[in-house]
Amino acid sequence: MRPFEYTRPARAAEAVAAVTADPGARYLAGGTNLVDHLKLGLTAPTALVDVRDALDDTVRTLADGGTSIGAGVPNSDLAAHPEIRRRYPVLSAALLAGASGQLRNMATTGGNLLQRTRCVYFQDVTTPCNKREPGSGCSALEGHGRDNAVLGASEFCVATHPSDMAVALCALDARVRVLGPDGERTIPVNGFHRLPGATPERDTVLSHGELVTAVELPPPVPGARSTYRKVRERASYAFALVSVAALVQVRDSQFVDARIAFGGLAHAPWRARRAEEVLRGRPVTEESFQVAADAELAEARTGRDNSYKVPLTVNTLASVLRELTEEDR
Amino acid sequence: MDTTITLHVDGAEHTLTVDTRTTLLDALRDRLGVTSPKKGCDHGQCGSCTVLLGDRRILACLALAVAHDGARVTTAAGLAPDGELHPLARAMVDHDGFQCGYCTPGQVCSAVGMLAEAEAGWPSHATRDLTAATELDDAEIRERMSGNLCRCGAYPNIVAAIREVSR
Repeated sequence: MRPFEYTRPARAAEAVAAVTADPGARYLAGGTNLVDHLKLGLTAPTALVDVRDALDDTVRTLADGGTSIGAGVPNSDLAAHPEIRRRYPVLSAALLAGASGQLRNMATTGGNLLQRTRCVYFQDVTTPCNKREPGSGCSALEGHGRDNAVLGASEFCVATHPSDMAVALCALDARVRVLGPDGERTIPVNGFHRLPGATPERDTVLSHGELVTAVELPPPVPGARSTYRKVRERASYAFALVSVAALVQVRDSQFVDARIAFGGLAHAPWRARRAEEVLRGRPVTEESFQVAADAELAEARTGRDNSYKVPLTVNTLASVLRELTEEDR
Repeated sequence: MDTTITLHVDGAEHTLTVDTRTTLLDALRDRLGVTSPKKGCDHGQCGSCTVLLGDRRILACLALAVAHDGARVTTAAGLAPDGELHPLARAMVDHDGFQCGYCTPGQVCSAVGMLAEAEAGWPSHATRDLTAATELDDAEIRERMSGNLCRCGAYPNIVAAIREVSR
C-alpha cells in the first residue's frame, strides 16, 4: 500500500474542493470496498478525504411524498428504517440480502453505489485487466467465467456490478444527488452506472471530484407489490448469480405496470425495459411471465461458463412475477 | 504519513502515532497488544476481527485506525473485564461452540452486536414480514451471523449458545 494523506473535512463543499484539486485523491466513507482494494494494490491514492462528517446521515420525507436518503446513512440503518421498511420494502430487502451484518454497519449508501464493478481478475494484480489497467486485456474472457456478464458486456470487460441496493434503487427509479466543483446535479440511478464499452475503467458517469450526497426516492407507487429475490451459491453472504427487484401493478388480472431490474447480469444494474414493455397490458399468466423474460434475455451473450445465467434469470423472473401476482390469477 | 490518534479500547485510553495506512486491527494487535480480535482473511470475508465500535459490530480489518480517532472499541476480551465471562462467552463454553477457538472472539463480539440489533427490532434477510416484531429463531440467528466463518464447523453449537442467551 502506498502512503497517503488523510483528511476529514466537516463540510461536503470542502471535501469536493480537496478531491477536485488533487488528481490522486479519493473519497473514503465506510471503507469496506476501498480499504480492501488499497490492500490488494488495485488503487494507490495519494490522499484520502474522509467524508463521514461531511455527509448527511438522515432519512427524510420530501415535500412530494418521496424520500431523501443521505449518502452517509449506513446500509444497516437504512434497511432497518421504519419508513423504508413500510414504504419501500424492496429496498430494505435488497440491502438485507447484501454483505454481512458487520459490513452493513460500516458501508454507506453512497459507498454502496460506488463500490467497484469487479471480477476475480480485477482483484488480482498479477493478471491482465482492462478495468484495472486499460489496454492490458481481459483475463475473464477466456478464464474463470461463471460470474461473467451476459448483458451489455464488451470485448474489453465482462465484470458485473455486485450491489443489491442499487438494483432495488433502479426498480424504484431513484435519483442520485451529486455535488461537484461546479455545483449540484441530479442523475437518474438508471444511467448512473456505465456499461463497459471500450472504457471499463469507469464504473459510473461521475467525474473526478464529484461526490454523491443523497439518493432520492419518488413517492411509493400506490397499490404496487414488490419483492427482491437473490439467487446465489450459498444461503447468505455471497454475491448474486442473478437477482431481481420487481414492482408490479395489476388490475382486473392485467399488468398495468411493471418495473424490473436485474443484478448479477451486467456491468451495471440492468433495468429490464423490454420485459416491462411486454408485461404492460398483458394478462397475468404463465405465458406472459415467460414471454417477458425471454424478451429481456433475447440479446444475452454467453461464454463457456456462464450460459446457465440465461435460463436461471428467465426462471427467476417468472417465479418472482408468479409470487407477486398470486392473488390475481 | 504519521498521525497521532486516541483510542479507548476495552476501557483503557491509548494515545499512539500511526501511519495512515494502519488498519484498526493492526493498531489493536501490533501496537496496543490487544490480541483478542484475530486476523483471519484480512479482507472482510471471515469475521474473525469483529469488534464493537461503540455498540455496533464492525470489521477491524477494513477500518483505518486514523479514521477512528477518539473511538470507543470493545473486543471480546473487554467483554470479560474482570475475568468473569460475558454470558455469551459462557454460553459458547457451555455449548461447546468452538474447536480451535480462532474465530471465537469475533463470533462473541458479532453475537453481542447482533443481539443488540435484534433487540432494536432490526430485520434480517431471514425475516418474512419486514414490518413485524423480530423473533430470533435458528434461521434468523444463522442469517445474522453469516459474516462469521468457523472453519472447524462448530455452527450448530454456536447457534445453540446464541439461542440460549437470546432468551
